[in-house]
Amino acid sequence: MTTKKLAARKTAAPLHPNATAHALAVPPSERRLRLGEGLAYAPAPETTPVKIDATYGLFLDGAFTKPGKTFATLNPATERELARVTAATAKDVDRAVQAARRALPAWSALPGAERGKYLFRIARLIQEHARELAVLETMDGGKTIKESRDIDLPLVAAHFFYYAGWADKLPYAFPGRTPHPVGVCGQIIPWNFPLLMAAWKLAPALAAGNTVVLKPAETTPLTALHLARILQQAELPPGVVNIVTGAGETGAALVNHSGVDKIAFTGSTDVGKRIAATLAGTGKKLTLELGGKAANIVFDDAPLDQAVEGIIAGIYFNQGHVCCAGSRLLVQENIHDEIVRRLRDRIATLRVGDPLDKNTDIGAINSRPQLEKIRELVASGQAEGAQLHQPAGRLPQTGYWFAPSFFTGVTASHRIAREEIFGPVLSILTFRTPEEALERANHTPYGLSAGVWTDKGSKIFKLAAKLRAGVIWANTYNKFDPTSPFGGYKESGFGREGGLHGLLPYVTLR
Amino acid sequence: MPSLPFVRRPIDQVMTEERAAAFTKRSLKAAAKLAGLKLAVSMMDLTTLEGKDTPGKVQHLCRKAIAPGEPRLDVPSCAAVCVYPNLVRAAKRFLAGSSVKVAAVATAFPSGLMPLAVKLEDTRIAVEDGADEIDMVIDRGVFLRGEYRQVFDEIAAVKTACGPAHLKVILETGELVTLDNVRLASELAIHAGADFIKTSTGKVTPAATLPVTLVMLETIRDHFYATGVRIGMKPAGGIRTAKEALAYLVMLNETLGADWMTPDLFRFGASTLANDVLMQIARLADGRYQSPEYFSLP
Repeated sequence: MTTKKLAARKTAAPLHPNATAHALAVPPSERRLRLGEGLAYAPAPETTPVKIDATYGLFLDGAFTKPGKTFATLNPATERELARVTAATAKDVDRAVQAARRALPAWSALPGAERGKYLFRIARLIQEHARELAVLETMDGGKTIKESRDIDLPLVAAHFFYYAGWADKLPYAFPGRTPHPVGVCGQIIPWNFPLLMAAWKLAPALAAGNTVVLKPAETTPLTALHLARILQQAELPPGVVNIVTGAGETGAALVNHSGVDKIAFTGSTDVGKRIAATLAGTGKKLTLELGGKAANIVFDDAPLDQAVEGIIAGIYFNQGHVCCAGSRLLVQENIHDEIVRRLRDRIATLRVGDPLDKNTDIGAINSRPQLEKIRELVASGQAEGAQLHQPAGRLPQTGYWFAPSFFTGVTASHRIAREEIFGPVLSILTFRTPEEALERANHTPYGLSAGVWTDKGSKIFKLAAKLRAGVIWANTYNKFDPTSPFGGYKESGFGREGGLHGLLPYVTLR
Repeated sequence: MPSLPFVRRPIDQVMTEERAAAFTKRSLKAAAKLAGLKLAVSMMDLTTLEGKDTPGKVQHLCRKAIAPGEPRLDVPSCAAVCVYPNLVRAAKRFLAGSSVKVAAVATAFPSGLMPLAVKLEDTRIAVEDGADEIDMVIDRGVFLRGEYRQVFDEIAAVKTACGPAHLKVILETGELVTLDNVRLASELAIHAGADFIKTSTGKVTPAATLPVTLVMLETIRDHFYATGVRIGMKPAGGIRTAKEALAYLVMLNETLGADWMTPDLFRFGASTLANDVLMQIARLADGRYQSPEYFSLP
């Protein structure tokens, strides 16, 4: 407000309580908020040092091998090489499976309380090393330090603590039935939550007495390798956990290995389908946690500002690299414009840039191929006639970046309404009635998650019963807890991780 | 209740608290921090609201408001001093020639449980004595009984009684308790003619909190989009440290933006905040902390 206007405000004699105010009203075309322009936040980089080796071997039988043929893992925010990591061959995978096989009898025969002790120890060591692991996660994967520090690492430790608690209570977990370990488990994890996915996979497997060969994603192998050091510090018996790094061939070697009793895979639906086809008829157990195109449904009786927070958390959390991201916003038509206005204002306050800066909200896209995939789908959205909204401001020159974006004017036939983008891009669709919302939400090959926003509890329960999705959040989004099972319907996979349900894939009940 | 002149919006407490907590995680350093701290000083309503207040105490307060820190620190004056109506004349005298305004708490502060005629007379006398701003309280009993029209009418009547003085409407959110109530009371106050909406009297715990202030800022934002009118915000009570004050400014920056980052549209109601802010300003200037005795008492 200019001083001139203010002076006028003081001297005007009010006839009606609001007379002075009305005289000073800003015309509709100029009603903009200059958000974020009132204070300059200085860079606040996280400075905890983390020692990264030049090259890493594989973690086999309790020790690191000499590095073999290596590939580079980059910092996606700088495109600089962080380290070189060994590409595990089929022979390496075989050695890993053999080591796991050798370790199995002793590990599964340990009293549950003893296995629990190891897991508690691992959990505590993770807490002790939390900050450096968070920094490493951010450097290797591009996610913000705010998230790796406040969300990923606490959850990683929590998962180990939680399943440590189950280790000595297994006889009571499934009343009337006795759980036995499945055997050697091959676990293949994605690049979006590298250490957290390792924790989701390792903790229940180990608690139930299995041994493991874990393959981290090729763009984010470092935290798993540093976790291996923590396993050494915890004096976990050799061979109980083996870690093989590499790309798709390494994963295929693990899937195809005859010495593996179970495969647990988290990743794309395409790869998941191939794994399912490969394993058909082999007798190996399989769980899949795959893609999603979750509906986040906002009704007109919802608390709108908080719904917008949930929309933000749903799609921009971890740059949208989240299988359960609320990427399809279904908003009741009569509040569409209000939601869009709020969303436009809200993304103007999101800070994109150095993931190690504590003020950064949106970090780097994980890899160049992923960035290209996002760009391709966004271009399709524009070509098909949807309107793209992005905040003003430039992105850094080097590194992989994509501005937080949303599309309006999206119809159910658009590719951006049907395909998983796995990036910070939201598609906004409208509906008119709860029935239509439900029909649109369920009309997808996926079924991992959904969100419902309404002030009416009855509506929440009614919809939750009918939504075909494994996780349904009501008046919140993207909340995780080790006690709560997570997993999909339809092409989002099968099997559950977390909670008591998360033990089931790792036991045989007799 | 006859129709309200606005749509009632539900507020979700969990997500509001989560959003509010996010503002405390922004990191302000060096020049940005110094600018924020000085802005906070310029937005302060230095307050004394005790039964034992005297002109002598008000004199201390006024001098502190005019020149909060040593000249070398280059600290701006506070926005106002906030006193009981009986001390308005004294405050006016001590502040003569300065930019510091006098705010008076009127309308049977802090309870508001008096007949309207008394509240209006209270307001008129404070304005006649020279108050530039009136901090009124709403009648929470009437509000909680659901007599929203009466709350509205009382605010409108006080606004008229204020004449040229600015009106800040205290909701006493600690007694309204729910964020739904905070939103509704904010809407009522704004529509009835408030220039500012204010969280608390300082006599009830909890006083100002980040979530409550966020809901009020969002109401102000919605009103701006609907009418083009900018309403001011005053969190008061319970804000004691520079760090907390900066979190409020971060919230303001990201909810209403730069146009609201002026004492004309944002105030802190505080009695002990000033010296903690000054201590931080001195630390930025000198690179080390000084003992509290170096900062004069208000």
